[in-house]
Amino acid sequence: MHYETLEGNVMAVNNVTFSVKEGESFGLVGESGCGKSSVASTLLQLQSDNAVISSGSIKLDNQELVGMSESDLRKVRWNDISIVFQGAMNAWNPVIKIGEQIREAIREHHPANTKKENTEKISELFKIVGLDDSIMDRYPHELSGGMKQRAVIALALSCDPKIVIADEPTTALDVVIQDQILKEIKKVQELLGLSLIYISHDIAVIAEMTDNMAVMYAGSIVEKGPTSSIFSNPKHAYTKLLLESTPSVVGEKKKLRALDGEPPSLINGLDGCAFSPRCPDPSDDCAKGNLNMELIQIEEGHWADQCCVNCG
Amino acid sequence: MDNVIEVSNLIKNFDVSKGFFSRNKTVVKAVDGISFSIPKGESLGLVGQSGCGKTTTARALCLLDPKTSGDVKFYNPEADEMQNLDDLSEEQVKQFRRNTQMIFQDPYESLNPRWTIKDIILEPLNIHNIGSLENRTEAVIEILKTVGLTPPQNYLPRYPHELSGGQRQRVSIARSLIMNPKFVICDEPTSMLDVSIRISIMDLMLDLAKDLQVSYLYITHDLAVARYMCNRIAVMFNGKIVEIAKTEDLLSNPIHPYTKRLISSIPVPDPKYTREKYNIDFTELDKIIADNTENLPMVDVGDEHYVATHDVKDLLI
Repeated sequence: MHYETLEGNVMAVNNVTFSVKEGESFGLVGESGCGKSSVASTLLQLQSDNAVISSGSIKLDNQELVGMSESDLRKVRWNDISIVFQGAMNAWNPVIKIGEQIREAIREHHPANTKKENTEKISELFKIVGLDDSIMDRYPHELSGGMKQRAVIALALSCDPKIVIADEPTTALDVVIQDQILKEIKKVQELLGLSLIYISHDIAVIAEMTDNMAVMYAGSIVEKGPTSSIFSNPKHAYTKLLLESTPSVVGEKKKLRALDGEPPSLINGLDGCAFSPRCPDPSDDCAKGNLNMELIQIEEGHWADQCCVNCG
Repeated sequence: MDNVIEVSNLIKNFDVSKGFFSRNKTVVKAVDGISFSIPKGESLGLVGQSGCGKTTTARALCLLDPKTSGDVKFYNPEADEMQNLDDLSEEQVKQFRRNTQMIFQDPYESLNPRWTIKDIILEPLNIHNIGSLENRTEAVIEILKTVGLTPPQNYLPRYPHELSGGQRQRVSIARSLIMNPKFVICDEPTSMLDVSIRISIMDLMLDLAKDLQVSYLYITHDLAVARYMCNRIAVMFNGKIVEIAKTEDLLSNPIHPYTKRLISSIPVPDPKYTREKYNIDFTELDKIIADNTENLPMVDVGDEHYVATHDVKDLLI
């Protein structure tokens, strides 16, 4: 997927391939501007007007989403796949009660439901995310950040989707609230057997939340596989640096490694390895850009970019 | 060891009475009787949730907002003695401002967008009238090198919007360090930055602390960051310090239930790591903290590990 801009095409998402099984939680991690949120919006076909999907496909239960008509998409969105956007808690309409806003979403997809049924449904959802029924009659400004975020999660669950995409759902919250929300999401996921795509810049959160994960850099996935195997045996130089630059409260206090430089500009795409200018130890092939980015499998289900696998 | 700052029983109330003529005064006790001191060259981390009074403490210490009561003594290297903030002459207030600097959270908002980097860093020198004009420019070039913005000539004529977040935060650091302060208050200086540049800014600050003998009061909500930066950590809840200890001691042996809760809420970058998760009854804790009006002194449980004394044993769920 690329964005058409006046300065050229920004290749925001390049050749990103992954699959999420039923009931699995999948993490997508990377620094800002690496294309995480572009992936999220493409999955729902909600990308902005200047975005063009040049190739590839998105299949949901064998249903192709790329190129689907808007009216069909409206049926898929929320019924099958829903999203918790970054900062979504600030997207509540300030003059409509929370309950009414969730009811509106359900009404759109299940017009036959009575108001009473919808209210019961919301009350059930609120119980799952740990909110009191009285919140339904409150306006957004009466709620704290954590409560608003819980209500957003309830909204995302309102039409019983199979997949929920959570795009940095806790970034604006402080640590204790973040911890509560993460627990809530995990509980909901296990309770309802949902698939979860969890997007974050914080690798520690990904470690707590996901079974499988992918690391993105400059629009491409550079490493993917089971979370435990990536943490115990990172292969890509960028993954290694991400792990070494994350402070922790447990274990030995260790010197953290800084990642120098900035990610490359994605205008008009890149040749060769996107990470080589910042790589602490690039091979000759890599520095010259002879190797294109391509994932190769190193062990069962664990893939990494060939560049770094060759480096050792 | 000598201290750079000693704070005792600092209180900051905000008047939230309704109406101009209202007789009933309602106050929010944003900072409610906190005490700590920071030895020379050491750093203290102030951690807690949002709204617990961390930033209010910082602003009161910097004389940005007047404090309600309490004693703040700071070390004035120009007079080589501890001075109380309440009885400073005008000249001494200036000296205090030279020696105490602040780095703010948001590098996008704390730099004047219409000034060049040179103007921004030069301003404190002009205000305090330090050195001749040529020397000032040299000092700016020197400090830009120190914070890793090289070659400095490239940065002098630029405007803040031309720099990335990390570079801007380096400019903020340069601006505060050009006065050669002994004490710098940092209010979440890395929370707006991307993971990859966060560590380089933190490392820069640690190196500068060592080279220039600066002490930090480092405000953050992230214990993992505080652990990396500070010798000691104070945990704050609802305007009060509930526990204060050496960093490793606090993390390995937390005593107050709120500290335990805070530590257990930090995600660990290791999927294999499992630990005891704590939860506490926040409404109950709120009540206990609010009821403790007489500000009982904290008890020392050994090795300079202080814990607030109120009955909170059965709060853990």
